[in-house]
Amino acid sequence: MNWFYYASPTTFYGLAGRLAPWFFVIAAICAAWGLWLGFFVAPTDFQQGEAYRIIFLHVPAAWMSMFLYFLVACYGALTLTFNTRLSAMMARAIAPTGAMFTFVALWSGAFWGRPTWGAYWVWDARLTSELVLLFLYFGFMALASAFEDPRRGDRAAALLALIGVVNLPIIYFSVQWWNTLHQGSSVNFKGTSMHIAMLQAMLMMSFAAWMYAAGAALVRVRAIILEREKHTQWARSLA
Amino acid sequence: MNWASAADFWNMGGAGFYVWGSYAVAALAIGFEVVALGIRRKRALAAIRAEREL
Repeated sequence: MNWFYYASPTTFYGLAGRLAPWFFVIAAICAAWGLWLGFFVAPTDFQQGEAYRIIFLHVPAAWMSMFLYFLVACYGALTLTFNTRLSAMMARAIAPTGAMFTFVALWSGAFWGRPTWGAYWVWDARLTSELVLLFLYFGFMALASAFEDPRRGDRAAALLALIGVVNLPIIYFSVQWWNTLHQGSSVNFKGTSMHIAMLQAMLMMSFAAWMYAAGAALVRVRAIILEREKHTQWARSLA
Repeated sequence: MNWASAADFWNMGGAGFYVWGSYAVAALAIGFEVVALGIRRKRALAAIRAEREL
């Protein structure tokens, strides 16, 4: 198999179009399953009552906000080192979905904080660094579209994405490095402190969020390819 | 089963506003993104057609 075959935007366009619907179908099935597990199988939390059920939305959204930023930075690194066109388009395609998940993580966090801490927002290390992540996404998108020549926008935004990666370990370790209202991680690389049904619901919702993000990014990259290639014979044969 | 009735389910032990307020806004955000994706694709195709007709 020639791996570079699909590195060409016009060949990737077709592949993305065939894959995207499957990602959405898997996402919908997993989200339905995860919500059922989260609301009907997982028991009431002995400390937080029912408000804890926001976790099945909050943690997947927060994980996805960081994972997608990491992907944007990886595609940015490819753009800067190999000057590949498709990698820059993928970075642009992923960023808005990452920003959406960052917003959902912040919003659901606020709505979880109010009943458990008594405040929608505190200027705490975890919350503040996640807000910085949202601004990094906004900065990436603004910078990418700030140039007449899209290839210059690609490179400027890629550089910003790479610099912003320093924020990811700050978000992740913020609950250990600083005194914080935010609870520590329920799941980490050493294991979990959660009830098994709660964990299953959270992982199922995380997988659904991942599949949705993949589908959305592929649909968006197709639109970006059309926008970039609009002068070509290839694009004219499609519209 | 955690819930005695539908009303009990929607009440979420008194945290209904926060739980459903979170999930509803997330659903809106995803719905907004899906609609925006459709609009972006339509616009891209329309731009190509407009250029071809020149």
